[in-house]
Amino acid sequence: MSALDLLRVASGGLRTRRLRAALSALGIAIGVASIVAVLGLSSSSQAGLLAAIDRLGTNLLTVSSGQSLAGDRAELPLSAMRMVERVDAVERVAGTASIDDVGAYRNPFIPAAATSGLIVQAATLDLPEVIGTEVARGEYLNAATAREPVAVLGATAAARLGIDRVHEGGRIWVADQWFYVAGILEEATLADEVDASVLVGFPAARRYLGYAGLTAAGRRTDGPPTTIYLRAETGSVEEVQALLARTANPEAPSEVDVSQPSDALTARAEAESALNGLFLGLGAIALLVGAVGVANIMIISVLERRAEIGLRRALGATRAQIRAQFLLEAVILAAVGGGAGVLTGILATTIYAAARDWSVVIPPEAWAGGIFAALAIGALSGMAPAIRAAGVSPSEALRSV
Amino acid sequence: MIAPTEHAVVDLEEVSKVYPSEPPVAALRGVGLRILRGELVGIVGPSGSGKTTLLQIMGTLDRATSGTVRIEGTDVSRLGDGELAALRAQRLGFVFQQFHLAEHQTALDNVADGLLYAGVPLEERRERAAKALAAVGLADREGFRPNKLSGGQRQRVAIARALVGKPALVLADEPTGNLDSAAGRAVLELLEHLHEGGATIVVITHDRELAARLPRRVEVLDGQVVSDECA
Repeated sequence: MSALDLLRVASGGLRTRRLRAALSALGIAIGVASIVAVLGLSSSSQAGLLAAIDRLGTNLLTVSSGQSLAGDRAELPLSAMRMVERVDAVERVAGTASIDDVGAYRNPFIPAAATSGLIVQAATLDLPEVIGTEVARGEYLNAATAREPVAVLGATAAARLGIDRVHEGGRIWVADQWFYVAGILEEATLADEVDASVLVGFPAARRYLGYAGLTAAGRRTDGPPTTIYLRAETGSVEEVQALLARTANPEAPSEVDVSQPSDALTARAEAESALNGLFLGLGAIALLVGAVGVANIMIISVLERRAEIGLRRALGATRAQIRAQFLLEAVILAAVGGGAGVLTGILATTIYAAARDWSVVIPPEAWAGGIFAALAIGALSGMAPAIRAAGVSPSEALRSV
Repeated sequence: MIAPTEHAVVDLEEVSKVYPSEPPVAALRGVGLRILRGELVGIVGPSGSGKTTLLQIMGTLDRATSGTVRIEGTDVSRLGDGELAALRAQRLGFVFQQFHLAEHQTALDNVADGLLYAGVPLEERRERAAKALAAVGLADREGFRPNKLSGGQRQRVAIARALVGKPALVLADEPTGNLDSAAGRAVLELLEHLHEGGATIVVITHDRELAARLPRRVEVLDGQVVSDECA
């Protein structure tokens, strides 16, 4: 009996019971589909994030005030931005200063404790260009509005304040006075601390929020930045990074934190989310249930088809041929389910990724693993029924009907 | 009638079969029977007489508890599962009361399945099946599924399946049991015709009238051969 004959016989057994075969393959299909979709979606979203990081550039560096040796919050010197700008390979520099103990509210009646997690920050005029974000509505601060009680909202800050558009007279309550809202920013992928910020100009922060510094000569001036954002020349990012701490705060370089946000994001993109594990676990459970379904259907099949088994033995089938027939039937059943599952998983990933503008990435271990798992399940769950079928005595099988 | 052993297709000596139930049931008790090439034999007896057990032991579907069973001179008790299966595939053909046809297959493919386990390639299986179907008078029903055929036609398909491998022995268990008298008579005539063509056929039946038409009748009662007469 050739392999082709065996395949024909095994698939014939399924073709005569199409509905039942389809239903028992469905369990396997659901399990495989969910596993492929979870792996596909997480890979696609990772690819999407990496593409976004690439688009935004990997040459953004940040310098922020860390902690002093005593554990207090350290301050950057007033001259830090000017010093950083002088480094050779630095292209553009922007800065922000987070202003403690000042909240931003929709109106004067909101209790001061209800800050919604917003921070008020002074920001320089080229911040959006440096961190790679756009103005969604209205406009950003300019030399004139930076001196006035005018604010620009980060994407999250706008949502939390319930402001979705910019209109004349739109204002928020900051430090016991009204600030007019000039614009709203898009999400800043590389600097998400800006998203929850209410940004005002440095001069406005000095005049209205009391954020100021003293020069060596004792003159009141704009306060020091707490974070400096800078773009380095693409080839020199590492060299610049090595110089930054000493440049920004020559007296206490150890109190300065230097980081490359794209690095952190890439690392985060590559870390698997805990949710993935959960969904993969659910997929595995669905697979297990599917396997039980296949085993169940095969056992019933052996009971029902005793006459067929008896006839085949009378026609000259060996026990091994009967065993192979039923085992192959279970494997085909599971493989059909697995194949359908892989296609469904790929389809789901494609639809979701298209909606998000991600490129579709199906890791080979997802689809190959799905098919392999299905085949293994078919073989495992078909084993016991196949052995049972081979053990059916032909005389009893033919006598019982 | 003493015939030389080499002409015997089936040779049973002192064959007993005890089913290990509680209490044990002795279905056959010391049966001796020799069937020669080209014979058409009826095995007659009431239900429970052991005639189906006799057929299954002759067909190697079951093993005797004691005694010797030889098919074409080979002692089957020494054969393993693979060798027995090969013997059934190549030397034996079966016809059952319930036909046992595959409903999803055409008459032609049902007949071709008679060669499935004999190692014959598909094309040749179909060619030979077409000839076998023609030999039972169903050449025009090749493409029909069993549910489109009458009972008599179905049994003729089953007979074609049993004969397609040109077996040394055809064992028919109540082949007319599920048929009306006209169809039963037609099936019997077919078996007689095939016998005239040289086939060795054993027909098991409880129908004495039918058995009376056969050239040799073996009567079984309570697991023993009580008479063996030739016409």
